[in-house]
Amino acid sequence: MDFTLCKEHEMARALFKEFAEKEVKPLAQEVDETEIFPRGTVEKMAKNGFLGIPVPKEYGGQGCDPLTYVMCVEELSKVCGTTGVIVSAHTSLCCDPILTFGTEEQKQKYLVPLAKGEKLGAFGLTEPGAGTDAQGQQTKAVLDGDDYVLNGSKIFITNGKEADVYVIFAVTGMIEKRGKMIKEISAFIVEKGTPGFTFGTKEKKMGIRGSATYELIFTDCRVPKENLLGKVGQGFKIAMHTLDGGRIGIAAQALGIAEGALERTIAYTKERKQFGKSIAAQQNTQFQLADMATKVEAAKLLVYKAAMAKATQKEYGFEAAMAKLYAAEAAMEVTTKAVQLHGGYGYTREYEVERMMRDAKITEIYEGTSEVQRMVISAALLK
Amino acid sequence: MKIVVCIKQVPDTKGGVKFNPDGTLDRAAMMTIMNPDDKAGLEAALRLKDQYGAEVTVLTMGLPKAEDVLREALAMGADKGILVTDRVLGGADTWATSQTLAGALRNLDYDLIITGRQAIDGDTAQVGPQISEHLNIPVISYAQKIEIDGDSVIVERQFDDRYHVLKAKMPCLITALAELNEPRYMTPGGIFDACKAEITTWGRADLKDVEDSNLGLKGSPTQIAKASDKVRKGTGEKVALDPAESVDYIVGKLKEKHII
Repeated sequence: MDFTLCKEHEMARALFKEFAEKEVKPLAQEVDETEIFPRGTVEKMAKNGFLGIPVPKEYGGQGCDPLTYVMCVEELSKVCGTTGVIVSAHTSLCCDPILTFGTEEQKQKYLVPLAKGEKLGAFGLTEPGAGTDAQGQQTKAVLDGDDYVLNGSKIFITNGKEADVYVIFAVTGMIEKRGKMIKEISAFIVEKGTPGFTFGTKEKKMGIRGSATYELIFTDCRVPKENLLGKVGQGFKIAMHTLDGGRIGIAAQALGIAEGALERTIAYTKERKQFGKSIAAQQNTQFQLADMATKVEAAKLLVYKAAMAKATQKEYGFEAAMAKLYAAEAAMEVTTKAVQLHGGYGYTREYEVERMMRDAKITEIYEGTSEVQRMVISAALLK
Repeated sequence: MKIVVCIKQVPDTKGGVKFNPDGTLDRAAMMTIMNPDDKAGLEAALRLKDQYGAEVTVLTMGLPKAEDVLREALAMGADKGILVTDRVLGGADTWATSQTLAGALRNLDYDLIITGRQAIDGDTAQVGPQISEHLNIPVISYAQKIEIDGDSVIVERQFDDRYHVLKAKMPCLITALAELNEPRYMTPGGIFDACKAEITTWGRADLKDVEDSNLGLKGSPTQIAKASDKVRKGTGEKVALDPAESVDYIVGKLKEKHII
């Protein structure tokens, strides 16, 4: 087994790192403070092909592998968790299900502009009563002539209002499964601007504050039946498949946040002097840094392995769940230690680790909480 | 239109500079980047390609690892890469380098050759103009703006406090300033294509109409007496004051340091 990156990946990492340092890092603090969606950065990323990295070239993408995409989210997140999740939600949660389940017409109409970055994508599954329990869906879609009529709402939608194309899940009926009646869920592609599709409140969040998180409201929203993604009743499968990929993206975001916090902490502890020597010369600091670096490296191996699994295996939910669980918890632990090692300064907004600690928390929650990841992993172990 | 851009892999000054015992740079031991002026020249060529349509070839002379800088150029949008590498070409000064590149360029069709003004490792600004002499074509140096007008180029040549507008019939050579533009990034897909692309590799035998006596360390009239890294300056201090306050501030600082 060889852990050396190939030339393509080395060059891609250098590109993402340079872009992140030059274009993203200078705005990160302001994006957090002002909670303003970094539209200019998104446009630059679109121009440079960052919004369609794993999408084949015939659909407007860059034709790269999942590992390249993961390294992009990782490098962006090292300097700005907000920017990392914008790319992750767009790519994993919107481009990927259309690429995997869309018809050729849907790919041409929606995937091509998404992959080129001309349009931004989002994904709407979560509802007030349907978080971890996706069966709690209340949003309904009823076929009426040539349209499905959607009614209901979605919450906590990343890239909400900013995105142009949304993959939305809704109940299309009831079906019997193992003697029980359960909801039949289907997926739809819904464009911003469709009559009856509006936006509710913007969430005020602890972290990733520049990321737009909105409620989506559907009131007699007519979606052409050609926009049904996959088949009727395939929604749950599409959602779970999509989230398997999405978790790798969030794991990469968590990894990046942890790496960013570690880098800054190493630099700070070398500079900061107490008792006549740098705090990096204190053994407590050295041991903390060693633990942080080991967690980061372990997270990286799991995240990269999950990305490789997505490239080579049909099923990769197990690897994705492990990567997300570990990377998210590592991010929370590493950023917390980073703040501690920065002392009082680390608690101020002047130092980036404060933001990173707030940004890290969400990675343990969205796209499946850490508890859900443990359910996925243990279910695979015990089946 | 066919454009050839001469690019050079140079030490990344952020990574420290190392020397061979003979005073030449130990290129194998250093982190490297594409020379900034050359990168601006490449960007200028790619913009001409975007605007008018062109085939952009990148040419470099160096160690086999200089192939990396060609792949970077391909990932930015160049069409072909040519590496001139041969042990007999090592240790070349500007004369031997320009002879080598001219020998390679004689094999190529071109309307325009673009080089960087100068490389950050030697700072001579001689290679571009020397190539034009060897090839007997016009040169416009220090370009800050390039436009195509029929079979000619119109170039703004930078001076300290003004610029000259010059027109030259193609084929000609232009040396580019880093200030010419903001070079584009590579694209992820471009990187994957560039890594698969074939790089043409030429050696001494492929150089046209060049004497051995003009090549490599032996063909280099320049002898390096001593080479050293740049003295690192402090980060300095920036103050934003009006002119009168600035004068007081500077005088105060000079007094503080007992200079006046």
